[in-house]
Parts: sequence; C-alpha cells; structure tokens
Amino acid sequence: MNNILNSYFVRTHKLEISITIIAIALFLIYFLGAPHVFTRFPIYRAFMQSMPFFGIIAISATFVVTLGEIDLSFPSIVGITSLTFGMLLTATDGNFFISFILSTSLGMFAGLINGLLVTKIGIPSIVATIGTLFFWRGLVNVISQGSGIAIVDVADGTWHHTLFVEKLFGKIPAQFIWFIVLTALMQWVYRYHKFGNHIHFVGDNKASSQMMGINVDNVKIIAFVQLGFFSALAGIFTMYEMLYFWPTQGEGLMLTTLAAVFVGGTSVFGGRGTIFGTFIGVLIIGSLESGIVALGLSGFYVKFINGLMITVAVSIYAIIQRKKT
Amino acid sequence: MTIELLRLENIYKNFGAVKVLKDINIKINKGEVVALIGDNGAGKSTLIKVITGVHRPTSGKVYFNENEVDIKSVAESRKMGIEAVYQERALCDQQELWRNIFAGREITNAFGFLDIKKQRKEAEKILRDYIGFTSKAITVDSTVMGLSGGEKQGVAFGRSLYFNSDLIVLDEPTMGLSIQETEKVLNFVKGLKQENKSAIFIDHNIIHVYGAADRFIILDRGEVVGEFKKNEITREELVQKMIQLHESGKIKVEA
Repeated sequence: MNNILNSYFVRTHKLEISITIIAIALFLIYFLGAPHVFTRFPIYRAFMQSMPFFGIIAISATFVVTLGEIDLSFPSIVGITSLTFGMLLTATDGNFFISFILSTSLGMFAGLINGLLVTKIGIPSIVATIGTLFFWRGLVNVISQGSGIAIVDVADGTWHHTLFVEKLFGKIPAQFIWFIVLTALMQWVYRYHKFGNHIHFVGDNKASSQMMGINVDNVKIIAFVQLGFFSALAGIFTMYEMLYFWPTQGEGLMLTTLAAVFVGGTSVFGGRGTIFGTFIGVLIIGSLESGIVALGLSGFYVKFINGLMITVAVSIYAIIQRKKT
Repeated sequence: MTIELLRLENIYKNFGAVKVLKDINIKINKGEVVALIGDNGAGKSTLIKVITGVHRPTSGKVYFNENEVDIKSVAESRKMGIEAVYQERALCDQQELWRNIFAGREITNAFGFLDIKKQRKEAEKILRDYIGFTSKAITVDSTVMGLSGGEKQGVAFGRSLYFNSDLIVLDEPTMGLSIQETEKVLNFVKGLKQENKSAIFIDHNIIHVYGAADRFIILDRGEVVGEFKKNEITREELVQKMIQLHESGKIKVEA
C-alpha cells in the first residue's frame, strides 16, 4: 500500500486522483440514493446532451486559468457569436460554412480584444473581461432588440445538424463524442505542445518566462483567442440542439464553467492545472442539479450543494499543495 | 593576443523620462571575464538586459564579433551565442527540469509538439555530465521548487554550457548561496576562461568578483565611472574605491 502511495504516478497525479475519487463518491451517492433513476440510461443521455455546452468552454478556459488570468466575458461571446450564427444561417438559407467560419472568427476577434486589453493596454484580465462581458451582451441586445431567432427551417434535418447533435445509434449524442475528442486533443496540446508548455511557464512566472525567451504577450493573446473560438463553438452546439437563438444565450454558463475548472484542480495562481481534472469537474458540476433532484431533495438545495462541492474540493487542493512546498 | 567579442558604443537607455544608461562604452574580449560593479540602481541589470535582448537600447551601437548587431529579443541573442544565467529567476518553480532546461527553445516536431524523449534524454545528459549531479533525488522529472539555490544555479549553468554560448552573462550568481556552493560557482566562472569563453559577471560581493574577474567596470547612476584591470589594482584598493564612490559620489582615478 505504502509503495503504491509513494509511486511516481501517484505523487505527480494527486489532484487528478483526488478529483476522480470525489466524482466516484458522488455518483455512488446518486446510484444508491436514486437507483430508479441512475440504473437507467435516460439520465446519462441527458448528461451527455447538456454537459458539452459548458464543458467545451471549461476545457478551453483551463488554458487561461493556468496562465493565472481569468476570462469572464465568454458568456457574452457565446451570445454575440450565436446571434451571428443564427442570423447568417437564416440569411444564407442554411449555408453552414459561411455561418460557421464568420461566427467563430467573430469569437476569435472577441478573444483577441480581450488579449490585447490585457497585454498591450495592461488592464488586469478580471477587469478587462467584465468590460467586454457587458459590451458584447449589450451589442446582442441592441442588434436582436430582445427577440430570438428560430433556425428550425434552415438547420433541422441537415447534414450539419447531424454532425453536431444527432444521436449515434439513437443513444449517444454527437456533441458528447465531440466533447471527448476535443478534451483528448486539448489535453495533448496542454501537456505536450509548445503552446501548452509556454502556458505553464508564463502562468508560473512571467518574468522568468520572458528571460527564457518566451513571448509572454503572444502566449496570453493566443490563449484568449482560442477561448473565443471555443465559446463560439459551444454556442453553435447549443443552437443546433435547441434550434433557437435567444438573447440571453450563454448567460447561465459563467459559474458552472469556472466552477468546473476550479473543482477540477487547476490552480487560480497559475502555472499548474489539469485538463483531465476539468473534464471530471464538468461531470460533477453538470450532474449536480439532476442528481440532487433525483435524490429527492428540493431544487433549492442545488446551489447550496454546488457551493459545498466547490469549497470542499478547493480546500483539499490547497492542503495538498501546502504539503508539497 | 586579444580578440574582441562584444563592444558597446554610446549606449543610452531611457524608460520614459528616466535615463537609466548614459553613454556606455565597453568592450569584452574573447576568454575574458568582466565584472560589472556598482550600487543598486547603477544600471547594471539594465545594461546586461540590453546585451541579452530583454531591452533594446534607446540609442547606440552593439558590435558582436566585430559586426554591428540589433538584438531584438532573447531568442536572437541566444542564436548569436549570448546566454544569460539569471540566478534562479530564470527557472519556473512548478515545472519539471526537462521542461525548464528547454523552455523557450523546445525541441519539437513539425506541428510544434514536444519531442519529449529527446528533451528528457538531453536534460539527463546535462544533469549528469555538465552539472555533475549524482544525487538520485534529483531527476529530470523533479520540479525546480525542491532544489537548493546552488542546484538551481547549477541547472542554469549547465544549460548555458549545453547550448555552447560564447558569452555568458551572470546576474548575481552567488546571491543566496552557501559558502561551498559559492565556491563551485566561482570555479565554474574560472573554468570558462580555459574554454576561451567570455563572461560578464554582476555581483555585490567584491571579494567574489575580485577572485573571478580579469577586469572591473564600475557603474554609477547609469555611467561608467571607472575601469581597472586586475593587475592594476589590489582587492583592498578596489574596496576603497567603492567606499569612496559611495560616500562622495565621485571616484578618484589616479593618473
């Protein structure tokens, strides 16, 4: 036992192991407390359907948090890019490529603005992205005048609808498969690509990174740009599922997404994080609401238990880190 | 026989209205160790950052191997053969050694993914051959956090040797080190000369500087106020000069 606890893998993966144990314990509680729900497939299908919408953003946001930065504007980037996607798809009578390319480009442009405000103007990211959070949502309201856009006529039954949200074998939602693929890809980039490597160094120590020849500003800008892209992508997934754009789209994403990153074990101080942890964080945060209701507790407990999870998980990480230094 | 490696001509550096460097003219030969000394705020750090490409001079010319150069970035100065050893400050605490040693110049494939095997193998070589770490407690997977000051310094030195640079810039290399570790660092600096490599060396401790350097350049408020070869001045005289400078703000250069 002692040998296992001291092995290299365990020593270097404490965060991942802790979060996995927490997740298993949580699902065990669901399973024992509400077997009539959790021994059947529909609840898992519902999870697979809804989790990717914020999960994709959480994975991407892990890069920004590892930098020691934060982005609060992504809910509004989801809003403005979804609006753009909906308008273009209806205006072009269902031209997927134009709609996709232009709306994700807008997402990257919004990310670029965040990146420039933080690096070139020198505004702390928490302040800069509060500004852009209001800016983009405000623009959504001005353009949409408060009304939604139905895309049923131009999206339902098309090949791109199939590609994004159709159920494989009638059971597994396509967005979940995409979510898994993206997570694996981003994990690889995060750990083993030059960019991911630089993310860790800049988040760890900006001045040292600069002295080692890393272009700190570029790394930060690219991190915000990719988050803009994935916010747009998450919005498009949601649009295909709902076949509708509504002006508040994305607003509910902020806390669940960031909670998933922090519950997953990525350090708010930067320099250290885990994509796998964020993935498990998404499973935890994304299952709490249904889980709690299925257990027979009233919906009023959802936020309370959410808060409890976040506080407990983050405290455990703080204790692990303290022992390390 | 002296062959010039680096020459700075009329270097000025301003940060906004603050003139940090004023008309700096210095020269460093091959196989020579030059010490930059001066009080805090004298401009030593800024001067070496100009040489290593962290800052660009406001005006003035830099010659390397007798060619005029414009060093725009750290990457460029490294390519030319200038390598900085910034105490432990140029290592990132939470990252593994195999990542730290290659940070900013990763070995990658065409898609930018790290060649992990090669980086680890080369890092291992640096730890064992260049630095001489024998302790089993330190591996390429160790994070910098657990290393002592001397070990960190060793990693930074090993890195500069591995990349085979001509000019090594040492910023306060003995700061915070034990006596034994300091000895190792000073020996390393002396060893550079034998390989015909040059070094610029900043240190607060005149005793360390005196032992390791061939020439001393004294900076004060952004200007070169004195320059001595080791055979022109004893250690006591050098200390005397620094005290004098500190008290009067002026240095008496005897003709």
